[in-house]
Amino acid sequence: MEGNRERAWSPWYLLLLIQFIPALLVPLYNRVEPVVGGIPFFYWFQLALVLVSALVTAVVYFATEPGRNG
Amino acid sequence: MEQVNWTALTVFIALFGLISWLGFAAAHWRRGDLDQLHEWGLGGRRFGTLITWFLVGGDLYTAYTFIAVPALAFGAGAIAFFAVPYTIIVYPILFIVFPRLWYVCRKHHYVTAADFVRGRFGNRWLALAIAVTGIIATMPYIALQLVGLQVVIGAMGVTGEGLAGAIPLVIAVVILAAFTDSSGLRAPAAIAVVKDTLIYITAFAAVIIIPIQLGGWSNVFAAVPADKLLLTSPGPGTTGEYGVYATLALGSALALLLYPHSMTGILSASSGGAVRRNAALLPAYSLVLGLLALLGFFALAAGVDKLPEFAGGFKQFKANFAVPALMLHSFPAWFAGVTFAAIGIGALVPASIMSIAAANLFTRNVYREFLHGEATDKQEAQTAKWASLIVKLGALIFVVFVPLQYAIQLQLLGGIWIIQTLPSVLIGLYTRWFNPWALLVGWAVGMAAGTYMAYSVNFAAAYPLAIGGWIFPGYTALYTVILNLIIAMVLTPMVNALGAKPEDKTAAADYYA
Repeated sequence: MEGNRERAWSPWYLLLLIQFIPALLVPLYNRVEPVVGGIPFFYWFQLALVLVSALVTAVVYFATEPGRNG
Repeated sequence: MEQVNWTALTVFIALFGLISWLGFAAAHWRRGDLDQLHEWGLGGRRFGTLITWFLVGGDLYTAYTFIAVPALAFGAGAIAFFAVPYTIIVYPILFIVFPRLWYVCRKHHYVTAADFVRGRFGNRWLALAIAVTGIIATMPYIALQLVGLQVVIGAMGVTGEGLAGAIPLVIAVVILAAFTDSSGLRAPAAIAVVKDTLIYITAFAAVIIIPIQLGGWSNVFAAVPADKLLLTSPGPGTTGEYGVYATLALGSALALLLYPHSMTGILSASSGGAVRRNAALLPAYSLVLGLLALLGFFALAAGVDKLPEFAGGFKQFKANFAVPALMLHSFPAWFAGVTFAAIGIGALVPASIMSIAAANLFTRNVYREFLHGEATDKQEAQTAKWASLIVKLGALIFVVFVPLQYAIQLQLLGGIWIIQTLPSVLIGLYTRWFNPWALLVGWAVGMAAGTYMAYSVNFAAAYPLAIGGWIFPGYTALYTVILNLIIAMVLTPMVNALGAKPEDKTAAADYYA
């Protein structure tokens, strides 16, 4: 496939899918401790995961941007 | 409730006036021939990254979300936070899958997901099933937007007995119908910019100011009953609430992207790159949704349900009144008006897009396919405008005359129904290995099983699936779409043996730039 094209699949996409694991692994974060700034782990961990996922998506976006390598 | 809050109401009406004007003015924006369906119903596929971001964000985060997610946190606690992993899952899927959908739809001038299925699998009955599923899943969703509007109007003290009480809602729907008719998708796109700005202001103001008023985050969480602060650990022989939480997040994410209004929002983007950029930028909304869920806990900590001035509101709207009560309690009246406008306008944007999406489906996949094959562009656009009007009136009648409980149950069923289009639409983007008749049977079984399972647990979201002595309570939609897929896989080789497959109108190269 020509380098300038968006492909159906890129190895970078795995990075996007990996973040589903912590998000769906409920026993991992269903706890109160450690509390940070008065917020139990269950809540701050998931909100932090949103930020991580935004960051990961940005990385994958730039890595797979068509035309960048081609 | 008895007294009209004039300050809040004035601010609300002023902002409502502004967006109504914007809705009509939008007809002239990036002008196109609104007598063509792709101009009226997809904004001419001309929206760049930024507008698509506002449009899709304004589309996916509805007024009902802003009311119902905090209400669930208020009433049921930790489980409401499934909305956070749900948004973590949505955007990667959007990022990977939807540029493909955008390219193929642009190439073949498809306006709906059912158009794509028609071209890909060459079976008009399968396309009809996809279209009808989209329409019936969308209608209760529109009705719930109007419920969100009803709650904030009620919170400003505008109430009345019987039909008189419905007048403000009727006015709102008439405005909605008028600008949708005259401007098509350009109207919600323009209004979404205002709506999302107001939502961001509301969310950040609430999350910064209210915890300070309540004496810090520790006090907020101290007010949450211990058994609701976390999910209940599962007992022996079951995955308990853990399974419910994870399947709700995954199933809702898949269902969300299949809803016609998501498709419409995404297809209106001007390029596949704009779709990709949006998937990368949309997580900004996820944070807001997570923060909004916390409003339910703020309402608990502020004890708004015990204050006499809100007793009437809670009696009428139950937990859905938690957010409006919190706003009235925590903010000066004018700012409460701003937040109510954010929610009210947050009802109109998705309602408008949903009605357009349902209308596109009816026009393309029912009217032109089965009733009037020779329809001109103009007849097509005209039919869509009528269909969109009928859908909105139907939703209005539903909200005014039918108890709220039924709208919520139908919305739950809507999620179970729409996910049944996953094998044909999402998997169809990658392979046409499936036989269309096998997909149709899988769809039918998924619809029937999902409806029956939801009914059998009295319309709870989770169904206690029993396998080999274990109980796996989980989201019915996810379970039934797996059943649907298995049936389609088993039947495909059998049906293939009976006859030739119809032609695929799409080529492999149509799916990328």
